[in-house]
Amino acid sequence: MATFTVNGKDVTLEVPDDTPLLWALRDDLRLTGTKFGCGIAQCGACTVMVDGMPRRSCVTPIGTLDGASVETIEGIEGPEVEAVQAAWVGIDVPQCGWCQSGQVMSAVGLLRMNPAPTDEDIDNAMAGNVCRCATYVRIRQAIHDAADMLEG
Amino acid sequence: MKKWLMIAALAATPALAQDAELRAVGDFDDIEGEEVRSVALFEEMLKVIEHPRCLNCHPVNGGPTQGDDMTPHMPPVVRGDADFGAPGMFCTTCHGTQNVAFVTGDGSIPGHEPWALAPVSMGWQGLSGAEICAQLKDPERNGDRDLAELHEHMAEDGLVGWGWHPGDGRTPVPGTQEAFGEIVQAWIDTGAACPG
Repeated sequence: MATFTVNGKDVTLEVPDDTPLLWALRDDLRLTGTKFGCGIAQCGACTVMVDGMPRRSCVTPIGTLDGASVETIEGIEGPEVEAVQAAWVGIDVPQCGWCQSGQVMSAVGLLRMNPAPTDEDIDNAMAGNVCRCATYVRIRQAIHDAADMLEG
Repeated sequence: MKKWLMIAALAATPALAQDAELRAVGDFDDIEGEEVRSVALFEEMLKVIEHPRCLNCHPVNGGPTQGDDMTPHMPPVVRGDADFGAPGMFCTTCHGTQNVAFVTGDGSIPGHEPWALAPVSMGWQGLSGAEICAQLKDPERNGDRDLAELHEHMAEDGLVGWGWHPGDGRTPVPGTQEAFGEIVQAWIDTGAACPG
């Protein structure tokens, strides 16, 4: 049993401690915005925030989350989120969209730590988020756009 | 090309270490001459130090390598200012406080608290045993440790100890941390000599 919060709401799950957070989010809590991609922390599609930091939910056992704060694409908030959302819509970043909730989480995580990232900063922070449609150029541009919005 | 040749050379060296077993301190008692015995003990230490479990996170500049064949870390990661990855993608984005077995197949993702690269000054990849030995004894490069503190790090540090319990899919370093600590202590007691 693990007790933590998801998008600000208390959650107690009666599942084995080694259950990945991704399974709990999608199967138990029906928060399906977070996607399964590889299951081995290689693609970034399952990225959520745990205690404010990006975290691959496919390799995060529920048993390690007691007392933690989890944010998913359905509930994440704040100025960086609003800027990223506007920037993403502004230049139509997604193509198929499968990886995008993970991309958004990593972009928000970067901007929370570095509000004015360079191309290199963006590439380093986003290197673990794979996009099979290869929208990388738009992702990088949108993060710059979001940074400009935050500055303005 | 030069980079790949270097990686190939690095991959070849630890393969020897992986095959070796760690000998007991008593096995060195018959070696005559304290300095010669000390060097032999250090060379035994290298079976651990030069093992991929240790070398992978002791790179000399950029990001870590991974696996028994010491391939570049995937996904690509950089060292970062704190030896902990880039802002937005710290080591803890993927590595938790413990090894986690994949639920989708064989293997696991390694983890420990803390989980980070050794500082650049403690980089080992590509160095000779003599160079590693000199570095280990140099307080300017070893985290300002004296030999007793160096022994404590080798014999008791949890992240060092992870090397003996690396999780499914990775070869552990030879022996035990306790036996390794005894060899380190014997090396110190015999003068902490370095290979020539």
